[in-house]
Amino acid sequence: MKITVDQDKCCGAGTCVLLAPDVFDQRDEDGIVVLLDAEPPAELHSLVREAASVCPAAAIAVSS
Amino acid sequence: MSTLIVGASAAGLATAEALRRKGYTGSLTILGAEPHLPYDRPPLSKQVLSGSWEPAKAQLRSAEALTALDAQFVLGDPAVHLDTAERAVHTASGRVLKADNIVLATGLRPRTLPGQPTLRTLDDALALRDSLLGCARAVVVGDGVLGAEIAATARQMGVAVTLAGPQQAPMALQLGSLVAGQLADLHSSRGVELRLGAAVTEVDSGGVRLETGEVLPADVVVVAFGSAPATDWLRDSGLTLGDGIVCDSRCRAAEGVYAAGDVARWHHETLGRMVRLENRTNATEQGIAVAATILGADQAYTPVPYFWTDQFDAKIHVHGFIGPDVTIAEGSLADGRFVARYHRDGELVGVLGWNMPKQARQHRQEITRGCRATVAASTPGAA
Repeated sequence: MKITVDQDKCCGAGTCVLLAPDVFDQRDEDGIVVLLDAEPPAELHSLVREAASVCPAAAIAVSS
Repeated sequence: MSTLIVGASAAGLATAEALRRKGYTGSLTILGAEPHLPYDRPPLSKQVLSGSWEPAKAQLRSAEALTALDAQFVLGDPAVHLDTAERAVHTASGRVLKADNIVLATGLRPRTLPGQPTLRTLDDALALRDSLLGCARAVVVGDGVLGAEIAATARQMGVAVTLAGPQQAPMALQLGSLVAGQLADLHSSRGVELRLGAAVTEVDSGGVRLETGEVLPADVVVVAFGSAPATDWLRDSGLTLGDGIVCDSRCRAAEGVYAAGDVARWHHETLGRMVRLENRTNATEQGIAVAATILGADQAYTPVPYFWTDQFDAKIHVHGFIGPDVTIAEGSLADGRFVARYHRDGELVGVLGWNMPKQARQHRQEITRGCRATVAASTPGAA
């Protein structure tokens, strides 16, 4: 799995961090997404896919 | 198994994606009234209206992601009738689409005035952009989130903007008086003329008249004063309608029929009442909940409401509910950066961040348990 984030689209909701805090974080100053792990281990894939789907700004893309 | 999703926007797409993610292998049809593939609405009043994004950037998914979804899109063909017993949807062009599961995600229809622009769809946004580009003075009628965002964007496009509405401050209902006052100050400081606290009595293409008698001349009058769940087409469906499609706590409207997003009114078990939420996050989360119900999960949908808005340089995020007692927990209003916590009867019921999205989200974790007492107390008589 390879994750990409579009910081220009990110609205700072932090939904991804709530779901997968080992993969996503937010910048302290403006809440924009920070990708901690672009190729996370298999056990996190399901959560990451949910994070990508639930992101209210469609800022997360996942390819296999 | 077959599933038909009526509505090709955020809630419909989320339902489809969640079904596939959870292993659904049946057929999937997504019916959309608009001719467009799923796109996102929040950017319409901001990046698309201002022109800082090409419209294509507002698309919710890439072509590859939509292909991988393995769904049939039927677009530009509004649903006009639901035969609940037959589980069949009839469309404007005469199609009859039958399925084992039908998901209703038709969203909202804005209140409009003949001849005046509004903003709900991508096409609306592009048309409004054209109007504003050739315009010196605009009046935005509507002091909710959409009106306030349009006013901010139009002002940043160089238009002289007046914002009119009945509340004392923009978004007072959604933000509470303290933060709405801060938002009013922000708009004023950026040159938006506020004419609030007075009802609009007349609108025509030349401008707006207020109940005070004041006339606000305008080249363009944008109406953003509310919307209603898009349920007209369900009137003879036998479903229970009442400010939305009435559902149980699992988002079920009838056997094999479900609803998600702006159009759905469901029993929120934690809050102990019927709820309908008009926000972007709910569209997605409720779509996911519907997918789980379709696949046999027996779980109530009990979200903590959340919305955000971006106006000028302010990013405002609200989790939960605005209660009567407010404390500033981090930062300060003067700095233009703060987290406000809202209590009712001593319980934390909501958190608001102003240019502190991450910090607000961190406070959110404490809300969940507080919701029940709050809302019950704030809405006496609500079922």
